[in-house]
Amino acid sequence: MTGRLEILAAILGAALLVLLAWAVPWLRFVLTIALAKGITVLGILLLLRAGQVSFGHAMYVAIAAYAVAFVAPQMREALLLLPMAALVSALAGLIIGLFVMRYREIFFGMLNLALSMVFYSLLEKLYTITHGTDGIRLPMPTFLGVELTGASYDWAVFTLALVLAVGFAIFIRIYLAAPLGQALAGIKTREARLEFMGVPARYVLLSAYVLSALMAGCGGSLVALTSRHVTPALAYWTASGELVFIAILGGAGSVLGAFLGAVVYELTRVYAAANLADAWQLILGLVLLLVILFAPGGLVGMARGLLGRRKVA
Amino acid sequence: MLAWLSDNGLLLGLAVLDGLASAASIFMVAVGLNLVFGVMRILNVAHGSLYAIGAYSAASLTLFLTSRGLPGWLCYPALVIAAALVGAILGPLIERVLLKRVQNQEPVLQLLVTFALFMILEDVQKLIWGVQPVSNDTPMRLLGTVDVPFGTDVIPYTAYQLYVLPGVALLTLVGLAWFMRRTLAGRVIVAVTTDREAATSQGIDAAKVTMLTFTFGAALAALGGALASPMTSMVPGVGASTIVLSFAVVATAGLGQIEGAAIAAVMIGLGRSIAVYLEPELEVVVPYLIMVLVLLVRPQGLFGVTETRRI
Repeated sequence: MTGRLEILAAILGAALLVLLAWAVPWLRFVLTIALAKGITVLGILLLLRAGQVSFGHAMYVAIAAYAVAFVAPQMREALLLLPMAALVSALAGLIIGLFVMRYREIFFGMLNLALSMVFYSLLEKLYTITHGTDGIRLPMPTFLGVELTGASYDWAVFTLALVLAVGFAIFIRIYLAAPLGQALAGIKTREARLEFMGVPARYVLLSAYVLSALMAGCGGSLVALTSRHVTPALAYWTASGELVFIAILGGAGSVLGAFLGAVVYELTRVYAAANLADAWQLILGLVLLLVILFAPGGLVGMARGLLGRRKVA
Repeated sequence: MLAWLSDNGLLLGLAVLDGLASAASIFMVAVGLNLVFGVMRILNVAHGSLYAIGAYSAASLTLFLTSRGLPGWLCYPALVIAAALVGAILGPLIERVLLKRVQNQEPVLQLLVTFALFMILEDVQKLIWGVQPVSNDTPMRLLGTVDVPFGTDVIPYTAYQLYVLPGVALLTLVGLAWFMRRTLAGRVIVAVTTDREAATSQGIDAAKVTMLTFTFGAALAALGGALASPMTSMVPGVGASTIVLSFAVVATAGLGQIEGAAIAAVMIGLGRSIAVYLEPELEVVVPYLIMVLVLLVRPQGLFGVTETRRI
């Protein structure tokens, strides 16, 4: 897919989302969540580019969501809450990143999973602070000081999500093409070679990790703003599994794939999850296996195959 | 300090007994995880689900036996049989259908495949056993309690948790160490673990060894679950917490260590049970705190050896 074709696909996709959100009002919520997850999945893609997979990134989503929930009663401005929460998440990513950066592959994935499980349990158990599984309700945030209600509030959050999604998509494209992003792929093939060239591999990966935590933070803030209710379930391993699932479904290594995967996933979930609640993870697991074994390029790879252009943009 | 001890000494003693019992069951899972990692170089994320399935199957089988009015002592072989069945059915199936395909793939794909399997097995449990807690304490009730002398007091404690659980774990530890070092079959496994290619060139059927070891590791996890099943009621999510807990043990000990895993299991088991009595909210944090502290000082684990990086 050439760059121009990809830009066209992105513009068409964004237009389609706006159209859907306008035509089917209740889809606005679903699509906002899908965009939030897409932004988070972009961060997972960065790590996948370096050959690493985190089974605990939902923790960063939850950190930001709870940061929003804690601060919102004092300060209700959404456009300040979001960057604040994203920075909290990035800071947590920096501290945890300094530790997990010593490890690759198995340990990297499992340490992230373990830390997210600890965070989940703390959210659940520290009832006096987090209200346990009941979660915390948020007051209605304002946009630029303006009190919004009902549909106009939904539109405001949706627009914010769309703007952030487009912004991060462009940024990640540039990042991946820049030396820093290229070095990520180097970590996957041979880390030692990078270091022979004088590239500090650990810091390359750390910067990607912090960036992914920041993006997960933006995703988490959007989730908190749109659902206005945060619960520990945001940090549970199934939520992390979902993110990895979307990344592989969309097509690991493709920026558009993250959002395509997220939208397809959320739309399917709305229809299927309610009927198949007890078998939902089972279906996800099966599809994940099928994609890994038979369609490693994910949805974007399939689309490319249909277009008959094998060249990766 | 002394005054505190005289007030809380009994609780501490109880915590130590609890810790040893839970260490025994974590050890069984962790040692299986280690064995499988050794021969396959794959960390099976679904290993915790095998523990959970072992626990559920054992509970179902004992409940079935007792409902038929069969003698109670039958529930002990039932625990072992349930675990062996889970290992013998799921082990070869998972290894042959799934893991063998990704044997030579990049590590991130192997992790993703076992994670997908984990997602599948977690729901399989819900579909078979439902989401309501399942429990069966017959094996524990039958043996009654023992008075454990503790200073001037005694702690009444269930004989099952005091003798059976740690006993089986100790037997596994000693048996496994003997098997790996003294028998031909064990040495073949060690050979495949150390150098798959060289072992194959000596005429060892590495694929067969891998399948058998995986099955054995799966059975150990299931046995850990089966033995733990009389003490707790099983709810969905047991598999997830088991895999991270046994990973914490394996990481603390260092990948591939058998005796090390036993020591780490005791450390983490004790840490957790003492936390339960002192600061219940922190129970879940303590195992990982121990792991993180150990890893900060020794990134390769307490007993692990640093692997030279291949260029």
